[in-house]
Amino acid sequence: MTKIGLEIHCQLTKLASKLFCSCKAEYRNAEPNSNICPVCAGLPGSLPMLNKKAVEKAAMISLALGCTIPEKIGFFRKNYFYPDLPKNFQITQYNAYGPTSIGSDGKIEIEGKTIRIRRIQLEEDPGRLVYEGTSEKTMITLVDYNRAGTPLVEIVTEPDFETPKQVRMFLNVLADLVENIGVSDPYLEGAMRVDGNISEGDGNRVEIKNVGSFRDIEKALHFEITRQQSLVERGIQVLAETRHWDEARRITVSSRSKEEEQDYRYLPEADIPIVQIGNNSIEQIKTQMPESIVARRERYIKKYGMPAQVADVLSSDKFYSDLFDKSHNEKNAKEVSNIITTDLMGVADTREKKIELKITPNHLSDLADAIVANKLTRNSGKLALHEMIQSGKPFADVVSSLDLGHVSDAGSIEKVIDEVFQEEEKAVMEAKQNPDTINYLVGKVMRKTKGKADPATTLDILRKKLAV
Amino acid sequence: MDLGISATEFTSQVNDGIISVEEFVAKTLDRIKKVDGKIHAFITVDSQNALDKARVIDKKIKSKEKIGICFGMPISIKDNICTAGLKTTCASKMLENFVAPYDATVISKLKSEDAIIIGKVNLDEFAMGSTTEFSHFGPTRNPWNTEYVPGGSSGGSGASVAAFECLAALGSDTGGSVRSPASFCSVVGLKPTYGLISRYGLVSYANSIEQVGPMAKTVEDVAFLLNILSGHDAHDNTTAKDMRIDYVKDLKSGISGKKIGIISQMTGDGVDKDVERATNGAISKLQDLGAQCVPVSIDAVEHSVAAYYTIAAAEASSNLSRYDNLRYGFDFGIEGYEFKAFISKARSNFGPEVIRRMLLGAFVLSAGYYGKYYLKAQKVRTMIKAQLDEAFKNVDYLISPTMPILPFKIGEKIDDPLKLYLTDINTVTANLSGIPAISIPFAMSSSGLPIGIQLFANSFKEKELLQAAHALQETAKLPGIAI
Repeated sequence: MTKIGLEIHCQLTKLASKLFCSCKAEYRNAEPNSNICPVCAGLPGSLPMLNKKAVEKAAMISLALGCTIPEKIGFFRKNYFYPDLPKNFQITQYNAYGPTSIGSDGKIEIEGKTIRIRRIQLEEDPGRLVYEGTSEKTMITLVDYNRAGTPLVEIVTEPDFETPKQVRMFLNVLADLVENIGVSDPYLEGAMRVDGNISEGDGNRVEIKNVGSFRDIEKALHFEITRQQSLVERGIQVLAETRHWDEARRITVSSRSKEEEQDYRYLPEADIPIVQIGNNSIEQIKTQMPESIVARRERYIKKYGMPAQVADVLSSDKFYSDLFDKSHNEKNAKEVSNIITTDLMGVADTREKKIELKITPNHLSDLADAIVANKLTRNSGKLALHEMIQSGKPFADVVSSLDLGHVSDAGSIEKVIDEVFQEEEKAVMEAKQNPDTINYLVGKVMRKTKGKADPATTLDILRKKLAV
Repeated sequence: MDLGISATEFTSQVNDGIISVEEFVAKTLDRIKKVDGKIHAFITVDSQNALDKARVIDKKIKSKEKIGICFGMPISIKDNICTAGLKTTCASKMLENFVAPYDATVISKLKSEDAIIIGKVNLDEFAMGSTTEFSHFGPTRNPWNTEYVPGGSSGGSGASVAAFECLAALGSDTGGSVRSPASFCSVVGLKPTYGLISRYGLVSYANSIEQVGPMAKTVEDVAFLLNILSGHDAHDNTTAKDMRIDYVKDLKSGISGKKIGIISQMTGDGVDKDVERATNGAISKLQDLGAQCVPVSIDAVEHSVAAYYTIAAAEASSNLSRYDNLRYGFDFGIEGYEFKAFISKARSNFGPEVIRRMLLGAFVLSAGYYGKYYLKAQKVRTMIKAQLDEAFKNVDYLISPTMPILPFKIGEKIDDPLKLYLTDINTVTANLSGIPAISIPFAMSSSGLPIGIQLFANSFKEKELLQAAHALQETAKLPGIAI
C-alpha cells in the first residue's frame, strides 16, 4: 500500500508586513534586495519584532483545519548554514520539547476520507537563490533577500494519502480554504509550496522536494510510486533519501546531500517572549473568521434551494461566492447563482481573468432581476452579460444599446410569426402534422427577434395558429 | 580644566557657563591622544564629529535653544553596540569593516539628549571574555597599572572612564562584563534587570541574559544615565513596560533600617585576602549607616558558572552563525568557492575564545545532548531565580565582592580558560536570574589595585539598588588615578 504525507508551506500573503519587521510581505515586484531592513537582512544587533497579526492568521488556519491551539506558543531557532538564510538560522516553531506550535492534531475530510494534520507552525521564509549561467563552471548564484522574513505557515499532514489524486484534491481544498479565510492568495507564484514523503508497504520513506506547482506534485508522486513499485518488484530495496523533482525531465532525482543527517540544533528563540493565546482570544479569533466553505455550502442549499452541485462549485470559489453574496436578493438568488455558475465561471476561470472582469454586483443583480421579471430572455441575458464583462457599462445602457428589450406583447410576436409562416410554408405543413417539429418554427421566430421574443408566448401563439 | 569631574558635575558646569562643551571635548580628545597609546581603550575615536557636535551644542546654549540633558557629555561606547556611520567591529576580524546603517536604541536615546559619542571602545571579541585580552585589535590595559588586565569584556569602557578619556561609557553585561571592568578599573558599573534597557542594536552574544549597562565615575552618574536609557522599546520584544521611575530623585535616601544578605557562596573560600578584607569593611560601613547584615545561602550559585557557560555558549553558537562574510565583513574573495568550503574558510577568522564557545554551544545543542546539558542548565537557572526570590522575602539587598580576585597581569591566565571562567562566579548569578547588580569602587589592595563591591536587588528594584550603592560609595575613600 502506498502512504503519502505532505508538508505544505503557505505564505500569509494577505498580511501587510513581514513576520518580524515592517518590510512589506509582498516582495514579488520589488528590485532585488530592496525590500529589506536590518531585521530581515539579519544585520548584527537587530532583533525580531513579532507580527501579532501573523499569529492570528496562523491560528485561523489551525482552527479551520480542526487543530488544537495551545494556551501559549513559542518560537525556536533552526540552525543551518545556507546562503538564502540571512542569520543562518530560521525562526520557526518546534514541538519536541513540549508543544509550542500554533496548531496540532487536526483533521480534514476529503470526499469521505480523513486526512490528519500533525501540526501547523508559523515561521519565516528564507530569501531566494537565483542561478545564472548554464554549465557548472560558469554558474553564478545570486541571492535576493526580498522574500526573507515573509510570514509562512507550515502544515504537516500524517501519511494518510493513498493516491496522488487524493493529494491533488486535498491541495485544492486547502487552497480554497486559505483563500476563503483571507490569509493567503494561493495562486501567487511561490505562495503555496508542497513537499511530499512517500513509501510503499513497509519500505523506506522518500522525501520529494522542489516541486513547483500542484499539478507537478501529482506528476512527481506518480513517477515516484512507479519507481518504487518497480524496485520492489525486482526485489531491490528503496533507499531512504531526499529526491528532487526535475521539472524539465519530469522525473525525481536523488539529492546528493544527505539532508536527513542534518542536526538543526534547535534552540528556544529568547528574543521573542512566549505568546499567551488563551481561550478568550481563540474565541475572538473565531468571531473574526469568515464563514467556512462547508457552512456556506449548507446555507446555499438550505436558504436558496441550490442544487448540491451548484452549491459545491459556488461555495468553494471565494471570488464567485463573494460576488454571489453581494449581488443576490431574496427573489433573484437562484438566477444569480445560475448566471455565475453556467456563464461567468466559464468565461473567467483563472485568477488573471477574474481580475479583468468588469462586472459588478449591481450588474449581476440587475440582470437577474430582469430575467426573473421576464423582461429579458436567458439568451439576451447572455449577450448582456458578455457586454458588461467587456465594457463595464450599466445594465440599462447595455440593454438599450444592444436592443435586447424583451418582446412579450402578443401583437408584435404575431407579426413576426406571420412573416415566418410566409417564408416557411413547408415547415408549417410539417408542424401541423407533427407537432414535435414546432420548435423549428420557434427558433425561426427567435432568430428574427434576435432572441428577444418570449419563448412561452411565442409557443402559445404558434400552437393557436397551427391549431395543434 | 578638570577632566576628572563626574558626568553630572559636567552638565551643571556647562549649564552654568563655567565650561564650554567644545573646550571640554577638545581636552578629552587631547587626553585620549596622550594616554590611549598606553591603555588602548579605543578602537575608533570620532574626533571631528565630536568637535562639530560640541560646537553646535555650544551655539545652542548661547542662543538659549532647548538642548538635551546630557549637554554634550562625551561618552564612549562598547564596540558591540551599533552606531550609524561609525564602525562597530565587536573587536573581531569578522566585522573589522562593518558600519551599521542604524543606531542602537540606546544610542538614539543618548543622541537625542545631546550626548556626544566620542568613540568606540575595546572588548573581548564579541564580548566573550573577562579580561579584554581576546580582542582582534590587541588587549586594553588597566589604567591603574598598565601591566594588569582591566577586566572584561567591557574593558575599554571601564578603562576609558577610569582614565578620564570620557565622562561615561556604555558596556554590555552577559556574565559580568560591565561589573568586572568596573571593579578592576575602580568605576561604577550597573547590570540592569533583563528587559529594563533595549538590546536593539547590541550585537547578540547570549541574548537571553545580557543587558546594556552604564559605567561612570559615580552612582549618581549611573542613575542619570539609567533615566535616559531605560524604557520599553518596540524594537525589542523583551523590554518591560515603561515604569517612569526617576532614578536620580531620592538617590540619597540612605539605607537605614534595610536588611542586607551576605551571600556565603560568594565570600569566604577562594576569595583573595585583600578582597575579603574590603568586603568585610563594606559590610561594617553599611551597618554603621543603619543597615542590618545577615548571612544568606544561595546554594544554586555553586552550579552557576557551569549553567552560565552552557547557556551562553549555546546561544552564542546560534547568534554568531550569521557571520559568514556573505553580506558584510572583511575583505575576502568569495568567487570560486563551493559554499561549505567558503563558510569554513571565512569563519576560521574568529579568535580562539569565540571558536571555543561556539563549538561548546554547538555541542550542547546537538541531538541527544540538549536534555543532558542545555535543559539542565535552564533548570539551574530556574533554581537560582527561585532561591533568590526566597532570599528577597527576608532581605532588601544581597552583597558580595564583585570579583573574588584582584586584577591580574596581562597574559597570566589567558592559556587557562577554565581558571578564567571560574572568576565569573560572583557575577553570572545576576545574568542567569535577570536581577540587577551594581559594582561600586570601594577599596585599593595593598598592591594598589582596585577592589569593587557588588550589591544586588530583586528585579526592577534599580531605584532601591542605586540608593544603597550611593550610600556605600559615600563611605569609600579612594586615591586619585596617577596616569
